[in-house]
Order: sequence, then structure tokens, then C-alpha cells
Amino acid sequence: MSNEIKPDELLNKIDYAPASGNWMDTTGSVQIRPGMYCYAAKAESVQTLSLPNARPWNPLEEDWKLPDNWQEIIFQAMKERLERFRTFKVFMDICVRCGACADKCHFFLGTGDPKNMPVLRAELLRSVYRNDFSTAAKILSKIPGGKALAGARPMTLSVLKEWWYYFFQCTECRRCSVFCPYGIDTAEITIMAREIFNLLGLNIDWIATPVSNCFKTGNHLGIQPHAFKDMLEFFVEDIESLTGVNCTPQFQKKGADILFITPSGDVFADPGTYTCQGYLILFKYLKDKYGLDVTWSTYASEGGNFGFFTSHETMKRLNAKMYAEARRLGVKWILGGECGHMWRVIHQYMDTMNGPADFLEIPKNPITGTVFENAASTKMVHITEFTADLIKHGKLELDKSRNADRIVTFHDSCNPARGMGLLDEPRYVIQNVCDNFYEMPPNTIREQTFCCGSGSGLNAGENMELRMAGALPRANALKYVHKKFGVNTLGTICAIDRATLTTMCEYWVPDVQVYGVHELVGNALILPGEKKRTENLRLEPMTGFEEEDDE
Amino acid sequence: MNQKYLIPLTTVFLLFLVAYTGVEGAGLHQVFGIFIPYLAVLAFLAGFVYKVLGWASSAVPFRIPTTCGQQKSLPWIKQNCIDNPDTSTGVLLRMVLEIFLFRSLFRNTKAAFNKNESNTLSYSWEIFLWLGALAFHYSFLVVILRHFRFFTSPVPSCLKFLEYMDGIVQLGLPGLFISGAVLLLATLFLLARRVLDAKVTYISQAADYFPLFLIIGIAASGLSMRYFTKVDIVGIKTLTMGLVTFSPIIPEGVGGLFYAHLFLVSILFAYFPASKLMHLGGIFLSPTRNMANNTRAKRHVNPWNYDVKTHTYEEYEDHFREKMIEAGLPVDKEE
Repeated sequence: MSNEIKPDELLNKIDYAPASGNWMDTTGSVQIRPGMYCYAAKAESVQTLSLPNARPWNPLEEDWKLPDNWQEIIFQAMKERLERFRTFKVFMDICVRCGACADKCHFFLGTGDPKNMPVLRAELLRSVYRNDFSTAAKILSKIPGGKALAGARPMTLSVLKEWWYYFFQCTECRRCSVFCPYGIDTAEITIMAREIFNLLGLNIDWIATPVSNCFKTGNHLGIQPHAFKDMLEFFVEDIESLTGVNCTPQFQKKGADILFITPSGDVFADPGTYTCQGYLILFKYLKDKYGLDVTWSTYASEGGNFGFFTSHETMKRLNAKMYAEARRLGVKWILGGECGHMWRVIHQYMDTMNGPADFLEIPKNPITGTVFENAASTKMVHITEFTADLIKHGKLELDKSRNADRIVTFHDSCNPARGMGLLDEPRYVIQNVCDNFYEMPPNTIREQTFCCGSGSGLNAGENMELRMAGALPRANALKYVHKKFGVNTLGTICAIDRATLTTMCEYWVPDVQVYGVHELVGNALILPGEKKRTENLRLEPMTGFEEEDDE
Repeated sequence: MNQKYLIPLTTVFLLFLVAYTGVEGAGLHQVFGIFIPYLAVLAFLAGFVYKVLGWASSAVPFRIPTTCGQQKSLPWIKQNCIDNPDTSTGVLLRMVLEIFLFRSLFRNTKAAFNKNESNTLSYSWEIFLWLGALAFHYSFLVVILRHFRFFTSPVPSCLKFLEYMDGIVQLGLPGLFISGAVLLLATLFLLARRVLDAKVTYISQAADYFPLFLIIGIAASGLSMRYFTKVDIVGIKTLTMGLVTFSPIIPEGVGGLFYAHLFLVSILFAYFPASKLMHLGGIFLSPTRNMANNTRAKRHVNPWNYDVKTHTYEEYEDHFREKMIEAGLPVDKEE
């Protein structure tokens, strides 16, 4: 691992008592530090998307090569967004700085940097809002002593650099919003700040390049159609050698029942690939047993949406492919794989942005007869909702003992937890495919879950210190159940989690492996006509299923 | 010393003196008893309405509630109808609990990092901010309601009942009102928190100390008039009834302390819409709390939704056609 800072050194840095003094005066001292920031976007990626101010630049250099009228751009952008988003306007005005959110942020808990307290992160922007937009602050500034009361500061280059540094230290996880007495959601404020960065060409590469890939090739990783197919076929071979059953999927099949879309991370990166194999096994099972016709698409081959971390507009541009492809193929409805922010976008944005999906049917599971009323308008169902329904109706033949080696806990991903409320579906699935399930402490799961520390496009390699610090609260809770119950498996329903939590485990809790829920399903599900499995999908021997010696 | 609280403290002190000497020394009874109170109420009403209309005029493009419990999905999975409501009844219940019982704040926890021993993080339930906030808001509400006895004649029986309940401890003469004492103590607690908790000190602005000092000043002057210095209560009622009936008169024999109290209240009123105190109105309009989590079931319409440039399937196929055909992937156009 490329991270240079050792866990002990990182822990030694943590101190929750902030320095004294006025944070507004310390703006000039903000040091953008390697390990804590992501590299600037390549000009090429910004160009592909025809976004503003494409050029090479470096955050560590003094000159950020901003457009000459950058202050005017920020002012106009804020003005427009205050009119377009009531969240933004209300959240700029009503914070009382009670501090309830202060120690709720994983980045604050992991770094102790006071500007990572959600309230202060928002104040970085609010202080400028008060200067430029608040009539009250303008009146106050005119009376004696009023200037101090206003709490305002003008937009300067060092303020902009401070914004950039700290709004890319927020993963839009919304944990602070759960505790805020007014529901102030820092994610909304971060989203606005990042829209502004986007207008100035201050994108980070880990977001801009996946977005540009996704726009052009259909997925973040830029996997071309034939390569995408190859990768799935490679999984098919693996599964066949393990089970003797051929699970070849269908691509772009017109008239299929269901279009399946999952993050491309599942197709490309371990251990997501095993989750992907779980999907293939499930769909093969449903095809053979019940004739369910599921198709994949190489055009809509990305469930994730890094556009969400750029701007609302970019999110919409990428998301449009889902409905477009469903309409072109003439499927009945869409099924979505395990992913975090993908599901926030689908659940809270997709229908509004790119709907109405009146060319699709209200999702109905033809096997159980269940109508997914909760998806009646958007017409897209989460795979754990779908699988939970199948299990509840006894439609899956499962052998839990094949997961006997797995002592599992479940990490609620931020977006499905706090932007959707998908909490019990994955737990139900897990508990039906394995026997050993233990929850992490209550303050760290469900709506209070901790972010993996690398969400919202921050899962790059160069900001590893930030990531590992942000992952500390999650790792700490995991370590607790690892020690107490011997937990060796961290279940997730998020492609980013599968990648980032694996890194986190290597760093903080080395004996735990990260699993997708459908990898566990894939292990337990008994395919019609399969041979005796001796290994799990990771080709590790399973206890109780050892190969008999017959030499 | 920290100027973030020194400036507000001095300001409140000066404001008090201005009114006191203005009345006692310069005889500006009309100004502080009639003119400024009217102006303050006007500023409060106009400012409040302006602010709320401003928020309301902004669009709500997406339905983005923060979900704090299980969603409504399959019929056999128990939904958390309050923290993750999918109906307006559920939203109403959530809002009522939020507005009257500060439900989100009730969840508050305190994180601690046990350095070196075990290097573990621990979280404990932090109830004091919730208690302090609840005590402050409700005692303030009761105090305000009790003051309606100065603006009504005859005093309605519900107000008399409230006064009776508020004085039920029957302590001292004149009888102690619990609300007044709790208000002062709760404000002092909130102030102590700002000064003593390093994190809260760091985030606090002058705009956080000013209303606290102002309310402490109001509460202290009020308590002092009732229990210690005594004032001409009949005279005060003459003045307040005059104000509310729009036939203001200045009675004889009401001292400077009352005018100072009234002036601080006026400042609070005028300052209210310009400050964070507007959370009173804002909480009703917070989209993460006042919306149902049913976006997948019922379409939400964005009033400013506009068309965007997308990469269409046709463009995609044109780009990759040969490779797709070679890989055996279906294509719409063979050429």
C-alpha cells in the first residue's frame, strides 16, 4: 500500500480540542497538503464533457489559472443556486451553531481538524454568503459593532482555496444531517460548492475522468463494449469451473423482462467481481427455474454516477442512459445492483430529472407476484428488495452452510441508509444466506452509519491519509465486533465500499474481508444441475466441503 | 479576552445604559416607550415575512428527505413511519416531533477518543444540549405568553391558569414563576457551553453570543423588576394597553429599569429576522425534514428541469459498431 503514514502515527495526530482564535483569521494559513487532496482533473476529461476552463493546473501551485472574472462567476453561481435550491437558501440562514453536528463527521473524528466539523465546513461558505447576499448583514455592517455581529468575509483567493480543500474533504454522507435539529444537510452545501468549482474548472481528476469515460464509453472505467462482454465471460468461466453450470448473461436483448444495471466497479475491481458473479448465478437460477429474462447492457453499463459529485446537470447527463436504454430495449422495468450513491441518484433524483418513465411497467416480480409499489413511478427496484422478496416467498434454494466460514457484520452505506432507508432488506438477505451475523454498535449502523471515508469521488490513491483518517470510525466499530465476535466478513451493498473498505481493512483491521451481499447469495444459492462445490467464489476452500481424497 | 463575546456583551450593556439614562436622564420616555417598540414590532413582522417569503420563493427541485429509519418497501418489512415517512401524515408527525420535542437533537451523542490506552472511539448519549434547549425554548414561550396579561384586559382565564401553573411552587412573595428562573438558568447554561466547550467556542460567532446576552439581559431585568426593585405595575399596564390599542400614553412613575427592559426586548424583536433566530421560521421549510420519502413511488417535478446534452445510444453504436459486431453484441444498424 502506497500510504506512507502508519496507523499509529495517524492515531497520534488526533486531538478534538481545536486551537483558540478566530477561524476566519486563519484562512491564509490553509496548507493544501499531500495525502489530503486529490489531483487536479486532466484537461482532456474536462474537454470531453465541454465543461468550463479546461487546462492543466496544480492545487499546490500558487496560480490556479482561474478565469479573470472568477469572483463574478462565484457570485452569479451562488445567486442562481439560492433561487434554484430552497435547501441551499434555508441552510445558509438558519444554522444556530449549536455544535450537535461537530463530532458526527468521520473526517473530524479521524483528523481532529476543526474545519471538518460540519458546521464549520458550511460556515466557510456561509461567511461569504453573509457578505454578498444577506441584506441583514449589510445593514448590520453599517452600525457600530455590527460588523462583528455579521460574521461575514469577502471572497478571496485564499477563501477559495480553503473551500476547495475542505469541500473535497466531505463525502456527502449526510450523517450530520441526522443530528441537526433543522435537518441542515452538509451534503447539499458541498454539492453547491462543487458545482461552483466545476464552473471554475477546479475539478478533481478522480471524478472528472470517470465522468468523461462514463459519458463516452458508458461506464466510469472506460471499458469498451467488447471488453465489458469479455469480462463477464471470464466470470462465467470461473463459475463454470466451480459449479459446472454455464451462467452466460444476455446483452442488449430487446424485449427482455428486466434490464439490469450495476456499477462497473463490480465488473472490474476485486472484490466487487465476486458480487458480480453472485448476480450472474442468481439470474441463471431465475432463468432456469422460472424463465425470467434479464438483460445487461454495455451502453448503460454504469450504475454509479460520478456526475452527482460534479453538478446536478452532469448527474442528469449520465443518468439519462438508464431510461434511454430501457426504452430502446423495451424491457418491463429496471433492476439495480448494489451501489450507494447510484441508489441515492435513482431513489431521489432519477425520475424527477429524466422521467416520467411511462414507457415502463410498474415493477412486478413475475415469480412471486409481488408488485413493488414503492417503485411505482421510477420503475427501478433495488436488488436486495428483489432478492429479499424471492427469499421470503421461498423461491430460492439456499445452502447457508456454504457460508459457514463467514462471520458477518453489515456496513450500511451512507446513501441507501440516509437517502433511502434501505436497512432491513440487505440484513434479511444476509441472514438467510449465512448463520453468523453480528451487528456493529448501534451508534455506527443504520441511519447513524459511518462513511467508508472515501465516498463522493474521493477514493483516489493520492489522498490516502485523508481516506484512512476518514475510515477510522468505521474501522473502529468493525474492530470491536472483530474482537468480540470474531467477525471476519464485512458485508456491504456498495461498489465503492467494496473497493475502499478493502483498503481500510488492510490498514486498520487486517483480518477482515469485504463482501458484497450478492457474493454471499452466490455462494449459498444451489443452481439446478450444479456439481458439488468445494470452494467459494473466491476459490478458497469451504469448511465442511473439502474435496474427498480419491486418488 | 475573546472579542467574539466581549463585543456582544459590551453592546448589550451599552444598550441597557442608553435606554436607562435616556429615560432617567434625558426624559426620552416617548422614544423608548412608544416610538422604538412600534418600530421594533414593525421590523420584526416585515423582516419575518420577507425572510420566509424569500425562502418560499426558492424552488424545491428534488425530494431529498434525510431518512432516519427503515423505508417503506416490501409489505412484511416494518417501516419506520416517523423517521422515514412516505405519507403526509407521517411527515406531519415527524415535523411536530421535530418542532415541539427537538427529536433530532435528542439523538445527540458525544464522541470520545481514548488515546493510547485502546485507541478506540466511543460514543455516549449526550442529553444536556437537548435538555438545555428544551428548557430554554419552553420557559421562554411561557414567559412570553404570561406577558400577554399586559396586553389584554380583562386577562383571559387561560393566561391566569398558565400563571397559576407557573407559580405552583408557591415560593416567596411575590410568588416565584418557574419559567423566569428556568429561562435565566437555561440561557446561562447555553452560554457556559459556548464558553467552556472548546469545539463550540471555536465555531461560535459574535452573532451567537449577542442574542444570548440580550436574552440574559431581558430575563435579568425582568426578574429584578418582579422580585427585587419593584415597579409600578399599574402604570406599566397603562402603557402596554395604550400600545396595543394604538392610543399610546406615557404613565407617571414608571422607572428607567422598565424602559431598559422594554428597549432590550425591542432590540431582540428588530434583530430577530436578521439573525440565526430565524430558525423559528426556517425549520418549517427544511426540505430534508418536511418531505415524504416516496420519490420512487410518486414523481416529484422540478420546476426548472431543463434538457441536457447526453451521449445517445446511436452515437455510442456509431462509435463502437465494428467492435460490437466482432464481439457478437447486437447492433441496431449493421452498417
